[in-house]
Amino acid sequence: MCFCSSATRGFVWSDIVKHRHKLWGALLLLAGLHVVVLFAGFFAPYGSSTQDRNLPFAPPTGLHFVDASGKFRARPFVYGLKDDPQALGSFAVDSTQVYPVHFFVQGSSYKVGGVLPSRLHLFGVSAPGRIFILGSDAYGRDQFTRFLYGGQISLAAGLIAAALSVLLGVVIGGLAGFYGGWIDDLLMRGGELFLALPWLYLLFAVRAALPLHIAQWQVFLLLIVVIGLVGWARPARLIRGVVLSAKERNFVVAARAFGASDVYLLRRHVLPQTYGVVLTQMALLVPQYVLAEVTLTFLGLGVGEPMPSWGSLLASLQQYYVLSSYWWMFLPALLLIPVFLAYYMAADALQERLKTVPL
Amino acid sequence: MLKVSRLTAMCAPVFAAILLALSSAGASPAQTVDRMVTHNPPGRAGGQIVVALRSDPKTLNPALAADVPSRDIIYCMNADLIHINRETQKTESALAKSWSVSRDGRTYTLHLRRGLRFSDGKPFNADDVTFTFQIYLDEKIHSSQRDLLIVGGKPISVQKIDDYTVQFQLAQPYAAAERLFDGLPILPKHLLENAYRNGTFSKAWSISMSPGEFAGLGPFRLKKYVPGQRLVLERNPYYWKVDGQGNQLPYLSEIVFLFVPSEDAQVIRFQAGDTDILSSFSAQNFAVLARDQATEGYRLLDVGPGLEYNFLFFNLNDLAANNLPQISHKQVWFQDVRFRQAVSSAIDRDGIVRLVYGGRAAPLWSQVTPGNRLWVDSALPHPARSLERARELLKNAGFSWKSDGTLVDSQSNPVEFSILTSSSNAERMKIATIVQDDLSQLGMNVHVVSLDFGAMVDRLLNSFDYEAAIMGLASGDTDPTAEMNVWASTGGTHLWHLNETKPATPWETEMDRLMNQQLITLNYETRKRLYDQVQQIVAQNLPVICLASPDILVGTKDRIGNFHPAILDPYALWNVEELYVH
Repeated sequence: MCFCSSATRGFVWSDIVKHRHKLWGALLLLAGLHVVVLFAGFFAPYGSSTQDRNLPFAPPTGLHFVDASGKFRARPFVYGLKDDPQALGSFAVDSTQVYPVHFFVQGSSYKVGGVLPSRLHLFGVSAPGRIFILGSDAYGRDQFTRFLYGGQISLAAGLIAAALSVLLGVVIGGLAGFYGGWIDDLLMRGGELFLALPWLYLLFAVRAALPLHIAQWQVFLLLIVVIGLVGWARPARLIRGVVLSAKERNFVVAARAFGASDVYLLRRHVLPQTYGVVLTQMALLVPQYVLAEVTLTFLGLGVGEPMPSWGSLLASLQQYYVLSSYWWMFLPALLLIPVFLAYYMAADALQERLKTVPL
Repeated sequence: MLKVSRLTAMCAPVFAAILLALSSAGASPAQTVDRMVTHNPPGRAGGQIVVALRSDPKTLNPALAADVPSRDIIYCMNADLIHINRETQKTESALAKSWSVSRDGRTYTLHLRRGLRFSDGKPFNADDVTFTFQIYLDEKIHSSQRDLLIVGGKPISVQKIDDYTVQFQLAQPYAAAERLFDGLPILPKHLLENAYRNGTFSKAWSISMSPGEFAGLGPFRLKKYVPGQRLVLERNPYYWKVDGQGNQLPYLSEIVFLFVPSEDAQVIRFQAGDTDILSSFSAQNFAVLARDQATEGYRLLDVGPGLEYNFLFFNLNDLAANNLPQISHKQVWFQDVRFRQAVSSAIDRDGIVRLVYGGRAAPLWSQVTPGNRLWVDSALPHPARSLERARELLKNAGFSWKSDGTLVDSQSNPVEFSILTSSSNAERMKIATIVQDDLSQLGMNVHVVSLDFGAMVDRLLNSFDYEAAIMGLASGDTDPTAEMNVWASTGGTHLWHLNETKPATPWETEMDRLMNQQLITLNYETRKRLYDQVQQIVAQNLPVICLASPDILVGTKDRIGNFHPAILDPYALWNVEELYVH
């Protein structure tokens, strides 16, 4: 028995270490990503809607260290583009135009955190050169810049909607689990009703009922509210389950016997036990809701031009000529994979931690 | 045009004399067939071509068809009295072998070809013509052709002179009268008279009827229809055109129409070799297809700018009855010609041509496109984009700028409005985004709103609940009369200000005068001068701010011969009787 116990303890310990690594890795990745997106103005070389009408659908700019004469240059540089005489509307590299990449350069103005005006950019090339790390779109706008700015909308929508969902889930699931009886029945059947709602059509209907043009922030709010409101039922169910078992624990029963009020019990003993579920649910819901925003914007229900979001970056892929001609328009979709992966990794690590570390 | 008709008028008695001589020489009139000889190089008989249409036809009844697929199929199955040659853009004889115009320009006498038969073998004569016009003019039928046949407020009257002569009376001289006959298919009285008398004409020739119940004078007749999949036309053995070597047309044995719902799907089917001819597709898809054209056995043709003009316009409607205070308040800006001129001056038309149409379009400053060779005013100035001029105009109109660059009017209201576009038209959505960016450089805050086409048209024509919109119009004909409904202040497509009881501005009064004058003027040069003035008024006063006219793009397999696409609809199939397979 002793042997067995030490083996179990050893397994649990290494597991915790492993998951702690995984969790920290995921959190670090997420923190990095959110910082870059939050300070998009600094990390992006251009303004989010700056058009270069001479360079629509320009391919990603290659970074070079060795120039045409075979000479190595310590400072990376890019070549200019010229119209490809072979094919109307496409570009060829013009190796006679060389633009070195500079760091901490002055460029288009933006506001740090929406307040502080600045012109400082992490990198850039001097005009008329252009650096399009992920290529340019149909209007000659830098895809990389738009990806970073688009993240502000998409991630914010995902985070706020997930917080709204989980908050509703905690309140409703907590009440249902704690009081049981007809309250439980009413709330949970209501939740099932919400699960069965065809929310995409709901959003279409809501959008159609709104006035012709509504401000971008209103569209954004609408997205968040609809996504967040529709999704509360699942976390509510989980939290109800945790609360159901938590309220039967001996120390809770004892506290109740000592005369603790419902509010005190919920606040001090029951809800704290749900925090692991809440965190895991958050980590799971954020990528789901980001994807919901991407889907809705892809279908034309999100924030409109010229404001970018991850969904609007992918919307151009609806057209056959984009699909078949401009492979770099897929890059934003590829970049979403590590973002989602980081969130799922965090959720996974949290889940494992919940299992291995008793609360 | 007048010259042509005068010439034919002089020739008509000669033809008649020859015909009389032939019949009096003993040839039975029933056997004499007035065939029309075409000029293209002779082709090879047999074979079939496959063409994609966006949807099933709604009907095959020419008086009721309004959708493009129905009209495309009806075009192949029917013939008109006088036809507009899509290549020369001029009229030529069709079922009417010749015609003459009275000196006052109000009486048209058409001499029909003799010995012609419908595709079911039954003979054609003047009774079919009078019956057809009876249908088109019948108010109860609601045919789309009826509006065209009202000249000077009165319907054209039709009278049979003899079995092969028909006379048309107009209430007033009408410059483009002979062009009216194009696109008015002649119907077989023997098949449709009963339905008409019984009041069931609206159900006649619906798409569900069997092929034997249809007959026309066009090169093809219905063979088979499989709903949702395809419609097959076969060669009409009684067709009345022959090539230079006397071979009867059409060459093709069959045309198969496939129903392929979207442009992208049509492009993919063409690329895969499933269809032989492709038309109405974007410049971007043109570029995609162009990459493989050398190896895949097809070729692509850019026919040049068509008749479609895309434009931005502001809501100048009288909104007193509509309770739209938000929009009425902004109309103060829209009604100021300097505001519209500033907007026009700030728009980068070359950018639109390059970004939206991949260079395959023409920038526009007025409604007539360079493709309309006979009518475009080539002396019209083409001012380059100038933000300085735009700012100057706005300043003169009392606008100013706040420190953050926002444009404000004299009451310090920020200039903010929305532009409506149709969500189904990717090109116009792109134009709107470019215009939005251009106008933001003047400090205007512009929103782009896309709605489905039906909802958009409802706002434009009925509720007037919009501020500005981007639209495109394309007339079916090059002649200015086809544009009467847009430029006359009472016209149904006078989009910027509908239901005007009298012209709202002096320049609209002038435009009405010029449009009505050209309508009754028979001399081309005089008409051209009048219509040039209309174009100048549009360019100066900008009721609509014309932006660009896309090129007509078509693709065909290398094996199709006599393929001469045109800028007039149907672009690729207008000479379907002459197409052949190598």
